[in-house]
Amino acid sequence: MISRPLLSTAFRQAARPAPTFAPRFLSPRYSPIPARFLSTETKAAIDKAVGSAPVVLFMKGTPETPQCGFSRASIQILGLQGVDPKKFAAFNVLEDEALRQGIKEYSEWPTIPQLYVDKEFVGGCDILVAMHQNGELAKMFEEKKVLVPADGEGSK
Amino acid sequence: MLRRSVLSFTRRPLSTMASQTPMEDTMRTKITEALRPSTLEIHNDSHLHSHHKAMAGSTSQETHFRVVITSEAFKSKMQPARHRMVYALLKEEMAREGGIHALQLRTRTLDEETKQAEREAAEKGESIDAKVDTA
Repeated sequence: MISRPLLSTAFRQAARPAPTFAPRFLSPRYSPIPARFLSTETKAAIDKAVGSAPVVLFMKGTPETPQCGFSRASIQILGLQGVDPKKFAAFNVLEDEALRQGIKEYSEWPTIPQLYVDKEFVGGCDILVAMHQNGELAKMFEEKKVLVPADGEGSK
Repeated sequence: MLRRSVLSFTRRPLSTMASQTPMEDTMRTKITEALRPSTLEIHNDSHLHSHHKAMAGSTSQETHFRVVITSEAFKSKMQPARHRMVYALLKEEMAREGGIHALQLRTRTLDEETKQAEREAAEKGESIDAKVDTA
């Protein structure tokens, strides 16, 4: 299971993004033409977020209190799979409008949540659910060694 | 389905009537033209989400969709690539304020659909058996 304190730490990190998420780039949601431009600063900040842990989820809300059913389902799946909290980070896009818009462009994916494993985009909620059901997710997590070590295995 | 039959009683050409589901119509047209799907189901789940905080102030009845597409255009493409094909088609509708807020996708080829249906049928059979056992 995903442990609370570790996730909170990961999240606090997320909740304080680099100051380069400048508010002057904001409000694409309210403009008729959404901003189709990812600033170098935003891209760098997202690069850093994507690389902050082997498993990274961009979601609405926090793992403890997801603000959207699809984000909730994704967190539940990661918990069921036994992803090691030490190898996981969650970023709340609702905390930052620049991240919310930026990640969509960065991933070329228009919806949240989004899962990255080893900096590679895996998919959104529907893909996670499908991969959870058909066993692909377990296989991938195993291969990437991001699961909580099984009992009896020595730790180094 | 029901809507269609109701409309047919009005004795007015469809083209002169304002659609009650403009978004769904657009989605159907775009997906049909681009992907030539053998199966296309568009479910409007918006009513399940109308109380969401994100939907406050939205008057649209067409914000949350669940779409099942079976198309040979998905052949030899990974799931993210398939979803991106659909997102690209509906880019404007998803970006627009008051447009599509959530889009659940099931993107399969005919072969995958058939195999999955067989598997589900087999599982269903099992669960029915289990129910009988416990009854």
